[in-house]
Amino acid sequence: MSVLVYAEHDNAALNKVTLSVVAAAKEIGGDITVLVAGKGCGAVAEEAAKIDGVSKVLCADNDAYEHQLAENVGDLVAEVGADYSHILAAATTTGKNFAPRAAALLDVAQISEISDVIDADTFKRPIYAGNAIATVKSSDAKKVITVRGTSFDGVAAEGGSAAVENIDVAKDAGISSFVGEELAKSDRPELTSAEIVISGGRGMGNGDNFEILYKLADKLGAGVGASRAAVDAGFVPNDMQVGQTGKIVAPNLYVAVGISGAIQHLAGMKDSKVIVAINKDEEAPIFQVADYGLVADLFEAVPELDSKL
Amino acid sequence: MKVLVPIKRVIDYNVKVRVKADNSGVDLANVKMAMNPFCEIAVEEAVRLKEKGVVTEIVAVSIGPKTAQEQLRTAMALGADRSILVETDEDVQPLGIAKALKAIVDEEKPDLVILGKQAIDGDNNQTGQMLAALTGMPQGTFASEVDVADGKVKVTREIDGGLQTVELNLPAVVTTDLRLNEPRYASLPNIMKAKKKPLDTKTAADLGVDLTPRVTTVSVEAPAERQAGIIVGSVDELVEKLKNEAKVI
Repeated sequence: MSVLVYAEHDNAALNKVTLSVVAAAKEIGGDITVLVAGKGCGAVAEEAAKIDGVSKVLCADNDAYEHQLAENVGDLVAEVGADYSHILAAATTTGKNFAPRAAALLDVAQISEISDVIDADTFKRPIYAGNAIATVKSSDAKKVITVRGTSFDGVAAEGGSAAVENIDVAKDAGISSFVGEELAKSDRPELTSAEIVISGGRGMGNGDNFEILYKLADKLGAGVGASRAAVDAGFVPNDMQVGQTGKIVAPNLYVAVGISGAIQHLAGMKDSKVIVAINKDEEAPIFQVADYGLVADLFEAVPELDSKL
Repeated sequence: MKVLVPIKRVIDYNVKVRVKADNSGVDLANVKMAMNPFCEIAVEEAVRLKEKGVVTEIVAVSIGPKTAQEQLRTAMALGADRSILVETDEDVQPLGIAKALKAIVDEEKPDLVILGKQAIDGDNNQTGQMLAALTGMPQGTFASEVDVADGKVKVTREIDGGLQTVELNLPAVVTTDLRLNEPRYASLPNIMKAKKKPLDTKTAADLGVDLTPRVTTVSVEAPAERQAGIIVGSVDELVEKLKNEAKVI
């Protein structure tokens, strides 16, 4: 067996989620190769070479991969991946974008967002917004898999000393181009890797009111998320959404503020270690999953909490 | 230009999902079924493009059981001009669906394929990407804005870090995210009119496509239930519990 792990990065640094994907690869077994595709991504390849358990790093440094366009990366992964029994990527918007494309080009199924490895062919994955966990077995010779980062503890970022091999595979499909991006700039920890996450819902009333959450988050070193209702209402941008179709988080502490707790939201946070809910509606379903519930007006409770920490 | 909108019949998103006692799957007997919410957004986007005069014909397609006719009728009530059902009782999976859709694309030659980014049953998020790969089309996944002009489509995508805009040559595949639009409700006169719109039925064999699943479901279990905890009486008590009991701050 041999596993190809696709590295998630921004051309400058490796995204921590890759360590979780390598952890899943280790459970599958066999040699682990990391593929770094990007532009000017040499430093990322060097970083990947240090990951514990990685035996080789392939670096495809080319203009075509600068923005991770699925048309180009999908072609690259299908070609490079031909030599491996398993191809793994993180279930991020990058992995979800190119991995099914690569799988189809290889004429194999993709197994989405695995949460557990049973053996080299069998995996667990959540379905129906996490309301059921399916154990699935692939009959394909090659497996293309996306990995739910929060379900696997990342391997050590240091300790390995893999060789980096530059590969000259330029796949430019020429059918798509990057126009621009608006990336959220925040000094707060990234939601999916934060130890503490504070999320606001419709009860926040408007975007300005999120300030009280930001203030509390900065005190705790927390990331700030939101329910779909808060994003749909335009309070905060889409990259803050936690839930079935947003980000999946599993921090040590999740504080849900003014969130009623629709199943689609619970799907994104119910694996958190400790859940706190603050809501003035004592009937809110969020209290059924919360370890500590506080029935209170959030505009009084949050500042009070802030002052007492 | 012509738009193809693939849709899926799934459990209604308001229904509480129950795992069968024998762990063979999810209980769908006598459960309300509906069009997948992301597919509704796809139909709506196609209809809006037609209302803008960009699109001239909308073809809805579904790969699934005979009962999926209901969802195709809904799509036509919302504004699709005609529809195609590829009827199968197989446990259809994304790769098989993408192959069937490719066969439909080869026949229909749409300029744009708009479909939901994922179905709320399998949560796979694969079909659009696979169809794009098989047809050699570019893809604009997780779209929050779609702008067709000058033989290209500009798609704003919801990505983990924020928003990304890409420009794609036509024909192209677009998959919808939640905030692309807010779907309308079908009016009664339109529901009546939809009954007269053409609905063709085909089989996978007609299309020369093999829908045999590549992945088998070994078992399905309910997730570990999270027990409700306690209601604290004050912020002070909450702080005390978090510090001394949960030890998370």
